[in-house]
Amino acid sequence: MTSGGWRELCREGDLVPGSGVAALADDRQVAVFYLPGEAPAVHVIDNRDPFSGAGVLARGILGDLGGELVVASPIYKQHFSLVTGRCVEEHGVQLDIWDTRLEGGSVLIRPSSRPA
Amino acid sequence: MAQRELVIVGNGMVGHHLVEQLLAAGCRDHIRVIGAEPRPAYDRVHLSEVFAGRNPEDLALATRDEYERCGVSAHFGDPVASVDAERHEVVTERGRRFAWDKLVLATGSHPFVPPVPGADQPGCFVYRTIDDLGAIRAAAGAAESGVVIGGGLLGLEAANALRNLGLATHVVEFAPLLMGAQLDADGGAMLERLIAAEGIGVHLSRETKRIIRDPGGRLVLHFADGETLATDLIVFSAGIRPQDRLARAAGLRIGPRGGVMVDYHCRTSDSDVFAAGECALFGGRIYGLVAPGYRMAEVVAAQLTGGAAQFKGADMSTKLKLLGVDVGSIGDTRGDTGGALAYRFADEAAGVYKKVVVSADRKRLLGAVLVGECGDYDMLRQYVLNAVEPPGEPLSLILPRNDGAPAMAAHALPDGATICSCHNVTRTAILGAMDAGAACLADVKRETRAATGCGGCGALLASVVETALAERGVAVNHHLCEHFPHSRQELYHLVLVGGLRTFNALIERHGRGRGCDICKPAVASILASVHNEHVLDAEHVGLQDTNDTFMANMQKDGTYSVIPRVPAGEITPEKLIVLGNVARRHGLYTKITGAQRVDLLGARLEQLPAIWRELVDAGFETGHAYGKAVRTVKSCVGSTWCRYGVQDSVAMAIDLENRYKGLRSPHKLKFAVSGCARECAEARGKDVGVIATDKGWNLYVCGNGGMRPRHADLFATDLDEATLVRYVDRFLMFYVRTADRLQRTSVWLEHLEGGLDYLREVVIDDKLGIGAELEAQMARVIGTYRCEWKATLDDPEKLKRFRAFVNSETADDNIVMVPERGQPRPARPDEKVRLLAAENA
Repeated sequence: MTSGGWRELCREGDLVPGSGVAALADDRQVAVFYLPGEAPAVHVIDNRDPFSGAGVLARGILGDLGGELVVASPIYKQHFSLVTGRCVEEHGVQLDIWDTRLEGGSVLIRPSSRPA
Repeated sequence: MAQRELVIVGNGMVGHHLVEQLLAAGCRDHIRVIGAEPRPAYDRVHLSEVFAGRNPEDLALATRDEYERCGVSAHFGDPVASVDAERHEVVTERGRRFAWDKLVLATGSHPFVPPVPGADQPGCFVYRTIDDLGAIRAAAGAAESGVVIGGGLLGLEAANALRNLGLATHVVEFAPLLMGAQLDADGGAMLERLIAAEGIGVHLSRETKRIIRDPGGRLVLHFADGETLATDLIVFSAGIRPQDRLARAAGLRIGPRGGVMVDYHCRTSDSDVFAAGECALFGGRIYGLVAPGYRMAEVVAAQLTGGAAQFKGADMSTKLKLLGVDVGSIGDTRGDTGGALAYRFADEAAGVYKKVVVSADRKRLLGAVLVGECGDYDMLRQYVLNAVEPPGEPLSLILPRNDGAPAMAAHALPDGATICSCHNVTRTAILGAMDAGAACLADVKRETRAATGCGGCGALLASVVETALAERGVAVNHHLCEHFPHSRQELYHLVLVGGLRTFNALIERHGRGRGCDICKPAVASILASVHNEHVLDAEHVGLQDTNDTFMANMQKDGTYSVIPRVPAGEITPEKLIVLGNVARRHGLYTKITGAQRVDLLGARLEQLPAIWRELVDAGFETGHAYGKAVRTVKSCVGSTWCRYGVQDSVAMAIDLENRYKGLRSPHKLKFAVSGCARECAEARGKDVGVIATDKGWNLYVCGNGGMRPRHADLFATDLDEATLVRYVDRFLMFYVRTADRLQRTSVWLEHLEGGLDYLREVVIDDKLGIGAELEAQMARVIGTYRCEWKATLDDPEKLKRFRAFVNSETADDNIVMVPERGQPRPARPDEKVRLLAAENA
């Protein structure tokens, strides 16, 4: 583990531009979204869709709703913010989020300190 | 108080409409209908379509079950023999007696057969009921030619029926012109030219003196002028006479030439007895069209349920297509009104005749005749019915216009203007429906039923609705989503015309923001139908719904269903065994789908490539079950094996499926091919349905099952395979180009201005001149087809996506299967908890 609590999750080459991939962070499934050219370029949220219980959010379509960067769950299409983890359609439903950064071809994460 | 007994004699179109109106008004009486024919009410107006392949059952307007469910007692095939107005009783032919408090006579009319010697021979028929059609069809089998006596509206309908049966058809008319009740001399002459050009023999000014059978068994008509005409079959359609026998015998007042006399409440001379439809005589007239009959039924219903309505005569304007010719007739067509002036336009080369009749002061349009082209029918009718002042130069109403725009704006119509006469819908009613929440054309149609009868007012209705929407400040917004200020159709053209190949190119040039899960898949579909590149190519990754991205259908637990293509549902034993082995090897659940193929479920994302490698090696291809694409062509066994099959439906289905597989479209497309009229493949419930006839194939379009089932419409008949394919190519490409996102063909057709007729004009007549272009585009799609799973397996970059986790070889432990009926299925949450507890114990 590097200083500041950061640890390597995967390589940048594992990511898919404009889409998401799933990764394991210890026992947790996380979804990693890659928007090269944007700042930040990578977003990491919980991979588990709370409404179906399936680990599928990495396979959803990215977009923005009214300017908010979101992913649509493939199962029932609820939208989750990549920045805050909030569910757009259901007030109060919240995904865990991670801070992330790219460094030397690595994708680093740590549990988020951002307010929900 | 005891329930009132209401007996309706006759279950034709008007009798049935009366029942509907009574039920809609919440009538508390016990309703009893007694029909002479052995079947419930059916659409007599479209009878001739039965010979074009339409099922008689589809003409049904009511069923016994529906009547029963609504508490209506219904008796068929046992006509009323007498009416007792004193004792308030009817007696049927079989001797059943029913009491009534109120009686409605809706007995309609019978065909008039002129008293010509020989008119009662075998081989002579009338044209009114489904049973008549059965008799005519039976006789037509051995016949080569047929004659219709009577050149009016019904006669020409009967001629159409004979033509559909494949007979050389002739029309014999006593008067010097056809449709003398609706057209003027010049219009009749143009109609004659156009019909003769269709191959129909037209014989005017012919009075039939006798009909004799010659030694060869043929029927010979002898005319007053000495001419003769030999034929095999004769249909009399020389007019109608009201069926007023019951009323006459019951002592009700009858008109001098027949018909039950009624007042403006449709009441007869007995205050407890009403009459409606063609048996009724109002103001000295019998109204021989269904719309006035419906108005009478509505008046009777109002009288019986405490409403207030009056029959004041009816507009006898009519617009129809006879033997392929459009004909329209409005108001005073012959200028009988004193001082009336006529304006005429005739183009013999194009086969068009138009006339308007204007009042002496030129402030009112009194009538119009249209032959060959009826686009302005709605507009002209509005002028006549609502006394709208015509333009200073009335000729402008009938001369060809360059811009094609209607000559009267929708907002020039008065509020009370009748927009739809079949269902009597005024502009006020339409605006009322919109005030109550109808927000688009489809809503208005559903609420008011306008434009759902003959459909003739369609364009006018659309104009009224759009104008009203604009007036209400509702921008009719067809934007795809917040990222594109364009409809799907517009985006399609932007992609096509701009040669754009990626989502980014399109959104940069014509949109804003990053896109979303609405526009990305829609654009991906458009790109696929135009360029047909692989869905997993780098630029297209991330656009597709997960199903399309991973080319499998995601299930509730994140596993996938795998469906290889099984064209037409035909599969060899070897291939069945392969499927069984693949399922066993990978622990998959198997089920047969409704589309006649095999579904393998429970596949994890990372298993998909291995599964597909085995399938591809065994000769399978992707089934596109995941895509908004052509799915399958369902088939019945056909003439190869089946006793009844008249064509090889399996071979046709295989050809069609192999041709169109891979075509991406606004929504899924399902086809079926049936080898005979028994229709075991259920083609009538498909987007493209093909049913074999002994001469070829009938093509049906725009049906579907699912949440809103709809029967397909008959599009063309007796096609050979080449023509069928050409029409389907054009139909599919036209749909792909012009439909909205996720719009099934049925909904698309509902919104298509001009409906099925227009679709035929575009596809069959190539009215827009785009037929070759559409076919070329289809050829491109077909030419660039490749199985996308095969392509994925050959491409390591694409295969990389099929991993559960990018940083681990562990499987997703969220996916848990339990056994049920000998197969695996996803564990429920409570089962997962128990299994976990058992593991940790």
